[in-house]
Amino acid sequence: MAVEFDLRQKSTRELNAALHRLNGSGDTGTWRIRNPHGLHTLAVGVDAPLTIDIEGHVGYYCAGMNKYARITIHGNAGPGVAENMMSGVVRVTGSASQYAGATAHGGLLVIEGDASSRCGISMKGVDIVVQGVVGHMSAFMAQSGRLVVCGNAGDALGDSLYEARVYVRGTVASLGADCVEKPMKDKHKQELEGLMNEAGITGADAAEFRRFGSARTLYNFNVDNADAY
Amino acid sequence: MCGIVGLFAKTFEFEADLGRYLAPMLLEMTDRGPDSAGVAVYRNPVAEGLTKLTLLSTDPGFAWTDFERALGDSFSGASVARISNHAIVTARATSAELGAWLQERHPSVRINSSGNVIEIFKQKGLPAEVAANFDVAHFAGSHALAHTRMATESAVTTEHSHPFSTGEDLCLVHNGSLSNHNRLRARLQKSGIRFTTDNDSEVAAGFLTWRLREGDTLEAALERAIVELDGFYTFAIGTREGFAVLRDPIACKPAVIAETEQWVAMASEYRALAVLPGADQADSWEPVPGRIYSWSH
Repeated sequence: MAVEFDLRQKSTRELNAALHRLNGSGDTGTWRIRNPHGLHTLAVGVDAPLTIDIEGHVGYYCAGMNKYARITIHGNAGPGVAENMMSGVVRVTGSASQYAGATAHGGLLVIEGDASSRCGISMKGVDIVVQGVVGHMSAFMAQSGRLVVCGNAGDALGDSLYEARVYVRGTVASLGADCVEKPMKDKHKQELEGLMNEAGITGADAAEFRRFGSARTLYNFNVDNADAY
Repeated sequence: MCGIVGLFAKTFEFEADLGRYLAPMLLEMTDRGPDSAGVAVYRNPVAEGLTKLTLLSTDPGFAWTDFERALGDSFSGASVARISNHAIVTARATSAELGAWLQERHPSVRINSSGNVIEIFKQKGLPAEVAANFDVAHFAGSHALAHTRMATESAVTTEHSHPFSTGEDLCLVHNGSLSNHNRLRARLQKSGIRFTTDNDSEVAAGFLTWRLREGDTLEAALERAIVELDGFYTFAIGTREGFAVLRDPIACKPAVIAETEQWVAMASEYRALAVLPGADQADSWEPVPGRIYSWSH
């Protein structure tokens, strides 16, 4: 039996407090959250392997800091969905606004529609799979994890990238500083197929993707600069 | 931070209900802008040859009765309908003639808007107070824009509130902040554009006024704005026929657009659209940075 929660009758704070009471409990229950109507900070800070279905569009920072939970947003998400996620799965059946998955350390974020600008900015280990396009400055300063884009990528993809890997199936408007295309080896195709399987994305062939990563010229100390000190 | 909402009726039935939906949209954006609020509504077009102004007097003792008599002595077809400290003034004259008359007789009275259709109401205070004061919930009209302000660049006063008039039946609301407004203001002043505050958004409005005066279409003026305005912005621009939306190319400031058979709406956040009938099933999207979106009747 799913726990029903209606945001017309109870507040965001009551929802999050109810979810937080289960933190650390290992509870595997199912929650169905109705009438989100674009509200902010829904289901943030969850720390239990719950299954949470949010029935509608959400506002800012939904599912932020998520740990272990499988959260599905049946609609569009506002800015900062799954920001700083640690583990678990966050799925958006519609599109996501800017900085989806920002700074996230782990887990899987699936966006079935498009993601806006700055998708995966400063990502630190999360895997992000976007079925549509991503906007400009995606994977900016991305440190680790994988960003998979089944559509096109906007300007300045992977600017100042560290060790995250970026796969794009469509066109790339432009690459950011220190981001370069790298050869797609068999191990990368396998990695990509694994990510798409996990995300439940079908109809995209790993062979159609290109791989991008860091040229590693920005963040390593250049010994030629030693005289400056 | 600020909040913007815009609502455009696609059916006559929806025009009658415009305010009923606009008011809760405005209230939903209170968190984004509790300092002041304003509404531009396009309704009750005046007959040919007449001009309609929305005037604002912050002087509570302003003698509107004397004002109306004097206006009638100077112009035919004069009428004054007071709404709080605002008044909708119509007369058989051009905007320039009415502006000159006001400048001479009542320099302290501010012209919020001029044209044939537009009316602009704004004041300091919470959006709920503004909506109640001007009875926004009962507005009928073809389209409307509204703004809730959280001031960053300049003072919290009614004069600094949005929407800003940008010419006949034109207005602008802005979420963001401009970096080059001082230099741009000085340049526009040399071209004869007048400013009444030190507000950055008024400069954006003045820029559009200047370009339109120089013969640009609204689209061309906005294309030029992308080049010349430095800063963050989501703009909504009201025109006689409809409205336009533009985000700067960096696009830090949010915007969502949704459309059904009955209406088109934009807002800083989806929650302001959620109050509209059929919003959850509406076609909705985030406007692409640097692209101009417009609707007209």
